[in-house]
Amino acid sequence: MRFMLLQNYGAVESGCPPMTEWAPEDIKAHIEFQHALNRELTERGELVDAQGLAGPEQARFVVSDGAGAPVITDGPFPESKELLAGYRLVDVETAGRAIEIAAQASAAPGPAGAPIRAPIEVRQVLSAADPEV
Amino acid sequence: MTSAAGIEGLLRELAPQVLGVLARRYGDFADAEDAVQEALLAAATTWPAAGTPGNPLGWLIRVASRRLADQYRSDEARRRREELAASWSLASSPGPLPGQDNTGRDDTLILMFMCCHPSLTAASAIPLTLRAVGGLTTREIAAAFLVPEATMAQRISRAKAKVKASGEPFTLPPPGERAERLRSVLHVLYLLFNEGYASSSGPDLARTDLSGEAIRLARGLRASLPGEPEVAGLLALMLLTDARRPARTTADGELVPLAEQQRTRWDRRLIAEGVGIITAALQRGQVGEYQVQAAIGAVHDQAGSYADTDWPEILSLYGLLERMTGNPMVTLNRAVAAAMVHGPGAGLAMLDGLAERLGDHHRLRSVRAHLLELAGDTAAAVAEFRAAAARTTNLREQRYLTTKAAILANSQAR
Repeated sequence: MRFMLLQNYGAVESGCPPMTEWAPEDIKAHIEFQHALNRELTERGELVDAQGLAGPEQARFVVSDGAGAPVITDGPFPESKELLAGYRLVDVETAGRAIEIAAQASAAPGPAGAPIRAPIEVRQVLSAADPEV
Repeated sequence: MTSAAGIEGLLRELAPQVLGVLARRYGDFADAEDAVQEALLAAATTWPAAGTPGNPLGWLIRVASRRLADQYRSDEARRRREELAASWSLASSPGPLPGQDNTGRDDTLILMFMCCHPSLTAASAIPLTLRAVGGLTTREIAAAFLVPEATMAQRISRAKAKVKASGEPFTLPPPGERAERLRSVLHVLYLLFNEGYASSSGPDLARTDLSGEAIRLARGLRASLPGEPEVAGLLALMLLTDARRPARTTADGELVPLAEQQRTRWDRRLIAEGVGIITAALQRGQVGEYQVQAAIGAVHDQAGSYADTDWPEILSLYGLLERMTGNPMVTLNRAVAAAMVHGPGAGLAMLDGLAERLGDHHRLRSVRAHLLELAGDTAAAVAEFRAAAARTTNLREQRYLTTKAAILANSQAR
């Protein structure tokens, strides 16, 4: 079964400042943590895809009625904290395993190595396969 | 035999035989499997240009043995095995093989038991079986399951490490364990078939046909174990289900329920074969759950229409299956059959109490919705279809249930 683990720019439970205000070595440790987690998931045969998204400053909203020119809204957005920051798509054997991975991701290191406790949204991906009995 | 397709077919035929010989010689299934995979890739690259060698099996065994020797040589801790492997790769012996028979049937059977080892989950056993017995490459398997090749490679190597850790020798399981182990093999093939069946929508050339692979493996298993009625039952079940595949989805890939399928599109050849196999199997008098499911499939496949189906027969077969398995999902199917025989009220009554065993399961909701619709209780049916749509994790089913709710709600509004 597949799960999308989503993380947005919202406040983290640890209350730490945004990453742009961290010490360089803390940023480095954080990025290394993400790489290590991805490596671990690949080695376990679980990782399908992992991507970080460009910042909310570069986000655009597009609305169209299919006929006229689309309405394009550039940032900054007042609700930028609700925008997606990145995701992991994992293929795991149980829902419990997806929760476990989300917990690992949530505890990514922040300033001075303290876990940032980011909320991770865990969503099952609709699949084609669904064994009958 | 020089076309690429011809070579691929030959390689896949020979793959389990080569692996069987190597695994038996070196006593290490996991390492042998890697070496065989490399030899197959080497053959696929060189044979189309250089031509297929006179003794393709001997060629593959030689190359795979050499790869294994290289692998051991590079591994200091395995010095003793290196000597063994080196001596074997020099003794290139084409001609008759030291197996039980020339077709390698016993080896293939042993491989099946190893790949479907009880220490593995189905999610690990399936790709391992496809590679070691089915002769598919890691890339093909990864594409079939829509995961990156590196992820699938790791999944397979972890599966092999587990089999290795179990310390099982490369022989058939002892007679006392045979029945239980065969059940694991059948279960893995059944899930593989379902995976392919549920995800297929018309000809998709980019993806390996997993149902077709499951059928191919089940045929091989039946050739090894002609006297096992459950093996025959599983093969018949696959054929009888696969026969309906052309009618099961629309051109857009949307689900078409059995009641609305165009039966002229069913594959008559597969139906005839499946019916023949299940009829012969049932005559042995050792009924098992795959045989009963195949028998149900045969009744559906031979009916002229949904209404003309022998529902009393299906009802009694589901009753038998329910007693054999105690599976609440079977009870759901029996409720549908009961509704067709005795009316929707009888079916609905059977659903009472199932929620305790199934939880708030989408299929319970969708069956109840279906029976409420039959009973003419449109408002309640709409609510259940919507609830089922919100709970399913299957994309096609979600679309089907949502559409169904919308159509019913609309008809009610008029």
